[in-house]
Order: sequence, then structure tokens, then C-alpha cells
Amino acid sequence: MSLLPRLPLADGIDAFVDWLKGIDGLFDVPKEFIGFTVTHLSNGLSAIPAWLFILLLTGLAFFATKKKFGLPAFVFFGFMLIENLGYWSDMMLTLSLVLTSAGISVILGIPFGIWMAKNKTVESIITPILDFMQTMPAFVYLIPAVVFFGIGMVPGVIASVIFAMPPTVRLTNLGIRQVSTELIEASDAFGSTPFQKLFKVQLPMAKKTIMAGVNQSIMLALSMVVIASMIGASGLGTKVYYAVGRNDAGGGFEAGIALVILAIILDRLTQSFNRQKGVA
Amino acid sequence: MGKIKVENLTKIFGKKPKKALELLNKNTSKDEILKQTGMTVGVNQASFEVQDGEIFVIMGLSGSGKSTLVRLLNRLIEPTTGNVWIDGVDLAAMGAKELREVRRKKLSMVFQKFGLFPFRTVLENVEYGLEVQGVEKDERKATAISSLELVGLSGYEHMYPNELSGGMQQRVGLARALANDPDVLLMDEAFSALDPLIRKDMQDELLDLQQKMQKTIIFITHDLDEALRIGDRITIMKDGSIVQIGTPEDILTNPENDYVERFVEDVDRSKVFTASHVMKRPETVNAEKDGPRVAMQRMKDTGISSIYVTNRKKELLGIVSAEEVSKAVKENHSLLDIIEKNVPTVHPDTPLHELFDVVSTSPIPVAVVEDGLLKGIIIRGAVLAALSSGQEVNKDESTTEASAS
Repeated sequence: MSLLPRLPLADGIDAFVDWLKGIDGLFDVPKEFIGFTVTHLSNGLSAIPAWLFILLLTGLAFFATKKKFGLPAFVFFGFMLIENLGYWSDMMLTLSLVLTSAGISVILGIPFGIWMAKNKTVESIITPILDFMQTMPAFVYLIPAVVFFGIGMVPGVIASVIFAMPPTVRLTNLGIRQVSTELIEASDAFGSTPFQKLFKVQLPMAKKTIMAGVNQSIMLALSMVVIASMIGASGLGTKVYYAVGRNDAGGGFEAGIALVILAIILDRLTQSFNRQKGVA
Repeated sequence: MGKIKVENLTKIFGKKPKKALELLNKNTSKDEILKQTGMTVGVNQASFEVQDGEIFVIMGLSGSGKSTLVRLLNRLIEPTTGNVWIDGVDLAAMGAKELREVRRKKLSMVFQKFGLFPFRTVLENVEYGLEVQGVEKDERKATAISSLELVGLSGYEHMYPNELSGGMQQRVGLARALANDPDVLLMDEAFSALDPLIRKDMQDELLDLQQKMQKTIIFITHDLDEALRIGDRITIMKDGSIVQIGTPEDILTNPENDYVERFVEDVDRSKVFTASHVMKRPETVNAEKDGPRVAMQRMKDTGISSIYVTNRKKELLGIVSAEEVSKAVKENHSLLDIIEKNVPTVHPDTPLHELFDVVSTSPIPVAVVEDGLLKGIIIRGAVLAALSSGQEVNKDESTTEASAS
């Protein structure tokens, strides 16, 4: 077995990382941008009084579910509980991290998905990369994130973006490819340009599937944001992380339940938006 | 030159069509090519011409290449070799932009499963073709509404396709195609997904519309009855090749080979042949110049017991029987005094199966009348003869101008 010398894979990666770090602006620009976004988003969200935020979201849930009472009631009491337990500001921080990373995932993911759908070669290159991104243990992303961006919010967001993007890319690709040939032919036969075909036929037809991907991305971003608390992305995750460190079952449960409530609300809200808009 | 001219159009599906093309030129069969090269011959050297304002039906069973052929005509499928000229312009030589222009202005397509966009309302679907052309909103809405009116769907503008029945959905498909005001309509099995009664309605409606609009229509179908009903000319395809092109009558009466013959064997002839196919040239008397004596003489000469009376313009006035005529001769009446005006009449386009009733209950030959003019008469035996032999009975008779219609 040991006839071959051990391959210096780890050394190679280290060298590559050093080389990347040497490039000016490659990491500073996204770092600035993400830092700016997260800070302002969380400041903005925190500036809203808790009671107003709760009322707004309850109302939103009420209309998103077409005036049913289940989800709005859950939103109302769930947020009241979080507020009561004193996790409100942590939750706002977590929410802004999730929204930022999910937002970036979607903004990057949908164009990649479209590109994959339009081009077979691109699809065959991106698919294994997506597989890699999804199967690599989530913790591993923390390392390069820290190496390139230090600790704090920004590497947390970066790691979350990498972890959360694949579903959006995959489902955008799938949604566009699933559009029936007859509709594509109809759009071509009436003389649509490729752009018109994309925006007037393919994307509207794929909307539901794409939204399912976006929903998945938000959920993954939430789970990654919690893990990212290990590298200093504060929020509810930090509370869980501390509780684990101190063997504090009660505190862990409280922070945990707050996360679960946030997750359920995000999930159901995005799902009901998806259902509401698909008329046909 | 016709509206559309197709020459040696060939489509081979597969990675190396050149090899299959060589085999094809050596007259190798489709199956053999598939076995040797793994490539499928979609359309094999099709050539035909379609005239302006004609309904040209392409008929064949599934897998005969008819749907591929129609898609080669607007390049939804790229031809392997061969040419398509539309108004004398070669389609194959066009760049993407020119091709789009042709698709927007000259060719519209109607699809088998309608191809409607489910997230758009009926109106928005019909507007689609104009929308991609950049037509202004109010204008395209007005055009779409009048197009919907044309197919009888006023009032459904704001519904979604899935709220309509199949027949109505296909009307939307037709309206969408017509909204562009194309020269040519490509209809790919447009009525095949509809149930038989609705299908017949749609066929009638298409024929009505065609009378108003005079488009060039290329209609794909696997249903021979449909082909015979609406086609001015019919192309029969088999294994990607064209077997026969001809008028419905050509196809029925002179099938090119066994394949076509077997095809037309099962056709219900009573639905295909019309009164004009079985009528005979009538013996008539002209009431304006002939009297009862002439009528009597003419009946004697031809051995018939009643005779139709017309005026100088050949307009039908009625019928007189031998009995009445002989009475009129004795009593010195004119033909107009004894004429029986109540006679059974049919239109030349009446299909045979609708003739049975009239012919069998009438004691006298049935008059075939178009615009008041007597075109011919039908005797009972002729109908039966047409059904049994499939031959037109008036072929070798010295027919009047009626048979030309």
C-alpha cells in the first residue's frame, strides 16, 4: 500500500489558498458588500419595534394564505414566545443573515440555472460541482470562509451561500427543461427571440419549480447560519452553540425552539406565496 | 410558382446524417438504414408545391414523417438537405433574424395539443404573436379581440385555457395563429385531440373561415375522412416518403399503389362522393320556346315518363309528366299550365349519405340545383352504383358544365 508516497493534497490546497489570498480585491469587494448588506439589514429590522413586526408578519401571513387563520396564529404566538424568552434581537440578526445569504444564493443561482438549461456543456460541468457542494460536509466550508474573510458575519454568509445555492440552481434548470416541447415550439413558431422565449414562456412556466428551489435555499441558509455561529456569525446559532458548550439543556432548548419557529414561519410563508401566484 | 415550394426535402435524425444520406440516394429502405447506421429517416426527399389559397393536406399514419415535414416548413426542425421556398425565398438560407420575421409575418402554426400558455389568459395567448413583434398594446388587444370573434369565442377573453373545453382551446389556438394575419397556416393534427363531433364542427368552421380568408393552409392529419373532407389536395406519406399527391377524388379513384389502396378501402364513400358525382345530364324542355308536343316527343325519344322544365337560362321551373302532357296536347294547354312546381331538389355538394332519403322516397328523379339552375338529375340506380364501385357514374356521360363545379 505504501509503495506510493502519500500525495501532498493538503499542501497543494494550502498553496492554492495562499495564492488566492494574494489577489487584490478578490475578497475585499464581496467582504465589503456582504458586510454592508447584513449590517444595514439587521439594523433596519431591529429598528422596527417587535410588536409592529409581529403585526406586520401576521397580516402578511393572513393574506398569503388567502385569509386562513392557522398560519397567522402560529406567526403571532411564535413571535410572541420568542420575544417573551428574550431572543428577539438574536432572531433579527439570524433573519438578516438568512435573508442576505438566501438572497445572494437566488441572485446567483437562477442565472446559473438558466445557463445550465440552455447549454448542455454547461450543465455537464455545473452538475458535478453542485453535487460536490451538497455532499461536502457543511463544516468544511467554514474553513475557507475563515481563511479568506476572517471571522464574523461575512464568512458565515459566504459559507451559507455556498451551502444554500445548489437547490435554486438545480430546480431552475429542471423547471426550464420541463417546459413541454409544444410550448417551446409554439413560442418559436411565432417568432420569439431567445430572450422573449425565456421571459415570456420558460421562466413563467418554471416559476413554481424555481420557487420550490428558493424555498429549499432559504431553509438550507437557515441551517448553515446556525452552524456558522462557530466562526462568529452571531444570532440564535450563537446561543445554541454556547448552550452546547456549557451543557445547558434549558438554554439550548429555548434557542433551539426559537430557531424552529423561525424556520417554520419562513418555510410556510414562502410556500404559500408560491401557491398563491400559480393561477393556472 | 406556388406559395410554397418544397424540393428534395430530407431530414435524418442522428449524429452522422451524411452516411445515411448516401444510403438513401442508393434507394436503401428506412429500416435498412436504421439497421446499418442507427439513424432514423424522418422525411425522405419530399417535393411538392402548394398553391396560394389552397388547403393542402399531408396525411399518414404515426411515424410516417408528416409532423416532421410540417416542422421543416418553418424550420422548427432543421432540414438535413433540400429546400423550402416561401414566396420564392429560400428558407434554408435565412439567418435567425430573417427566419423570425418569416415566422412572425408569414407562417403561423396550430398545434395538436393546442400549445397554449397556461399562465396567460385567452386574450394574452392570442396576443402572443403580436406581443413578440412589439405591436403596441391597444392595437394588439383590438386585433386579438377581433380574431377571437372570428372563431366564435367572444366573451371568453379573460378566462384561462384550462377553464375551456378542448374544442374551445383549439379555437384559441386558431385565433392566436390568425391574429398574426399570416399567409400560411400550418396545422399539425390540429383537430386530432378533439372528440369526433367537435372535430366535425371544427372542420366545418375551418372551411367557412377559409372561404372568407383564403389563406394557404397546410393541414396534417392521420384521419383519411378528415383529409378528404377538407383537403383541396392530399399528400399521402409512408415511411417519410410521399406516396401520392392528388385531389381527394384522385386518391379515391386512382390509388397510386397498394398502400394507398388499402388506405382508401375503408373509406365511407357515401361521405366522400357528393350529388355532383352521381348526377346525370338532364333531359329538359324550355318552357319559353317548347310546347307540350316537343315535350312529348322528347320523352318518347329518350323513353322517360317525366321531364324537367326550365327557362332559357336553365333555371328550374318544375316537372311535367307524360300523362299531363298528353292531356295538355288534347286540350291545347301550355306547359306552364300543367307544370308541377313541387319537385325534390338537392345541392351539388350534398354528400351521398344525405341523398338516400330523398332519392328513395321520390317517384321522380331528384333535381340537382345550384343557384336556381338545374345542373343535373339523380336516378336511384346511380347512387347505388357509386357506392358499390367507387366509380363516378357521370364520368363517361356527356355531362353538362355541372360536373366541372
